[in-house]
Amino acid sequence: MTGGRTARAGLATVVFTVGLSMVLLLAGSTWAAPVSDGMAILKSRCFTCHAIKGPAATTLKSFSARKGPDLFYAGVKYNEEWLIKWLARPEPIRPAGFRYFKNTVVTDGADDAVDWDALKAHVALTEAEAESVAAALMTFRTYEEKIKKNALTEAPADAFMGEMNFDKFSGCLACHEIEPGYGGVTGPEVYTTGERLQPDFVYSYLKDPQSFDPKSFMPNKELGENFLQVLTKYMLSLEAPEPEDEEEGDD
Amino acid sequence: MNGPFRLFRHTFRSSGLALFFCVLGAVALITTTPGAATGATAKDNYRTYCAQCHGVNGAGGGVNTESMNVQPRDHTDAEGMSAISDAQLRKAISEGGLAVSKSVLMPPWRSTFSDKELDALVEHLRVLCKCSG
Repeated sequence: MTGGRTARAGLATVVFTVGLSMVLLLAGSTWAAPVSDGMAILKSRCFTCHAIKGPAATTLKSFSARKGPDLFYAGVKYNEEWLIKWLARPEPIRPAGFRYFKNTVVTDGADDAVDWDALKAHVALTEAEAESVAAALMTFRTYEEKIKKNALTEAPADAFMGEMNFDKFSGCLACHEIEPGYGGVTGPEVYTTGERLQPDFVYSYLKDPQSFDPKSFMPNKELGENFLQVLTKYMLSLEAPEPEDEEEGDD
Repeated sequence: MNGPFRLFRHTFRSSGLALFFCVLGAVALITTTPGAATGATAKDNYRTYCAQCHGVNGAGGGVNTESMNVQPRDHTDAEGMSAISDAQLRKAISEGGLAVSKSVLMPPWRSTFSDKELDALVEHLRVLCKCSG
């Protein structure tokens, strides 16, 4: 009788231990898989166009050879939710392409024009791939020390002064669109800033773009603290317009 | 046994000397070539940074100009450009339009270009306008 009880107790312990191990293993694998899967995708499919390891380009030649943004500090730059959404359904961020000078048509006697046919769409990932890649990108935290933590004050964004500053006082509109079709085409559009980028990154990049990308064609505008606050909050407050087919017309 | 080795050593000595002078010559050439420090010429820098507003040919019609309410300067305009001194041009590029009482749309580029690159860009503008200041 005693031997039977001991055997049953032993069996129960073994079943419990194996069961617990399986549960832990399963939990561990579902937590760890996206990052390792994403890393594998980055290393096999993304590295030809993006730098997934630093440092940033320090010569014009290497800068011009880049086909997409550096990703080695993606974890301190992008919002993960936006990455997942964008990687599955990519939309152009820089209207004239990542390197406008590779897509510019020059005609005698007329203004330069963007060769829209030359622009190549970004590869779209599956939902699962997008989640894995986004999770992996969030672990890329080079430049963390360059990001000013909690950079923004509590004063709310001022839509009017923000746009005045962006357009008239700081001249950012020359290169950046604040809505589709309005603004310069060589820089990234800024109407998805809030969805796309981390607030502290926006502030820190505006303050010193060259510390992130020495050859960037975004100049250092030498903005004072007040301008940095107003511009960052303004950009973060903008929203992409709703797609036309989802708009409710009121005739 | 020693024969081929001696020959090799002799050849190495004379070719080594020649190699030394070749390297010396190459170093001298590289260090005296404009823009060699960064590998970028003023023409390359203009094409990358300035052309987005001033146009690839410098005539002021860059791809960004459509939404601009102040149009960029036409660098091929000999009359207008000859009225500006080299020092003013350099100041405008380095410190931006506001520093020379011009538009804020022209940003300061001193964090992007070295002093040598700024000098070379001023020289390049004189090539574009076929004029002097």
